[in-house]
Amino acid sequence: MKQTYNIAVTGLNNTDNPGPGVPVIRALREAKSFDVRIIGLAYENLEPGIYMENICDKVYQIPYPSSGAAVLMERIAYIHGKEKIDVLIPNFDAELFTFMKSEAELLKMGIHTFLPTIKQFEERHKSNLPEYGKKYGLQIPHSKPISNLLGISSLQNEFEYPVLVKGKFYDAYIAYNAVQVQNHYNKIAAKWGVPIIIQEFIKGTEVNVIAIGDGTGTTIGAVPMRKQYITDKGKAWGGITLGDEKLLEITRNLIQQTKWRGGMELEIIKTRDNKYYVIEINPRIPAWVYLAVGAGQNMPEVLVQMALNQKVTPFENYDVGKMFIRYSYDLIGDISQFEKLSITGEL
Amino acid sequence: MEIKKNIAISESGFVFDPNTGNSFSLNDTGKYLLELMQAGKNEAEIQQAFLKKYDVQASVFEHNFYDFMMVLQTHGIVN
Repeated sequence: MKQTYNIAVTGLNNTDNPGPGVPVIRALREAKSFDVRIIGLAYENLEPGIYMENICDKVYQIPYPSSGAAVLMERIAYIHGKEKIDVLIPNFDAELFTFMKSEAELLKMGIHTFLPTIKQFEERHKSNLPEYGKKYGLQIPHSKPISNLLGISSLQNEFEYPVLVKGKFYDAYIAYNAVQVQNHYNKIAAKWGVPIIIQEFIKGTEVNVIAIGDGTGTTIGAVPMRKQYITDKGKAWGGITLGDEKLLEITRNLIQQTKWRGGMELEIIKTRDNKYYVIEINPRIPAWVYLAVGAGQNMPEVLVQMALNQKVTPFENYDVGKMFIRYSYDLIGDISQFEKLSITGEL
Repeated sequence: MEIKKNIAISESGFVFDPNTGNSFSLNDTGKYLLELMQAGKNEAEIQQAFLKKYDVQASVFEHNFYDFMMVLQTHGIVN
């Protein structure tokens, strides 16, 4: 008989800009080595994962990370008191820092996580990416963080238009002139704060790698994917697994050098002359993780095993040519569900 | 020119490059040419086999064959 773990998961916003929560839960429900009871942690009461069938066994609302770590931990302690959480998997960039800072406190309560270290998290920030590239031998497009509008006027000395204007956590837009940079700057700064990162625009094909490291330098799993269909928000609506050995080599080298702990996503531009530019490193499992599961690597399952200090064996292969296609689907809910979550914070 | 290794060609003429994720559809003649190339035939052997199977003049074949090679090269199917 398999052991049942209570696993708390955030990122239930399965929208057109999806969080990884729902695919992570699907992967956990397909785990071969254990059974799960899923505790969904939601920030908004209309996150689709709350209402989807066979996704969460119980849902709790939690406060935004901006409310402060103490408030969040108080809520987690309350939920833990009721649900006895074995493992917590945070899935948002914006909440990771708070959970990483609270790792010891969580463990004291009996809640296991498997997250990157603060150093690993901090040094791969978009604003630090050029230094990161130099340190770990990665090709990175020229980037510059700017924290006020005055920085825009000097961009033409360093960059050729178009450039990418990126938020520190999310959002990226192409700008073809300084006026457009200013517009995007204002929009992103209002949402995510500063700095805003200006990045050289590299022409090529966007390829991504999902990977998981054990914290000692070993890559436990890695699957590269090419986006086949991209939404207006730049998110993959369809993708296909690749057999590109160079992408795997870049990933393994990075994990080995950084001793990466936990899930990660590398966003890479492959140019026509076969150069690979790393444009972003996300310190968590990406929303397309279920493609890796379909290709033979259940990364959320091994993440839980590592969080619980169980021995895991690195995946040796995956299926090339596996595809995912997202779809939208109208769920029918009832106002009583919405009411219950809104009033009690639980469903 | 030779076809890159790992390029998959299905019975229906669907070509998949696992390295890039690109896929293409070939008509019967394109599929036949790629199969000959994949079998390691050189240019003269490909021409000979093609003219035997299809009713086409050598000069027309050559012209179209080189066009096709350019397309394959552009899409990274051949080295």
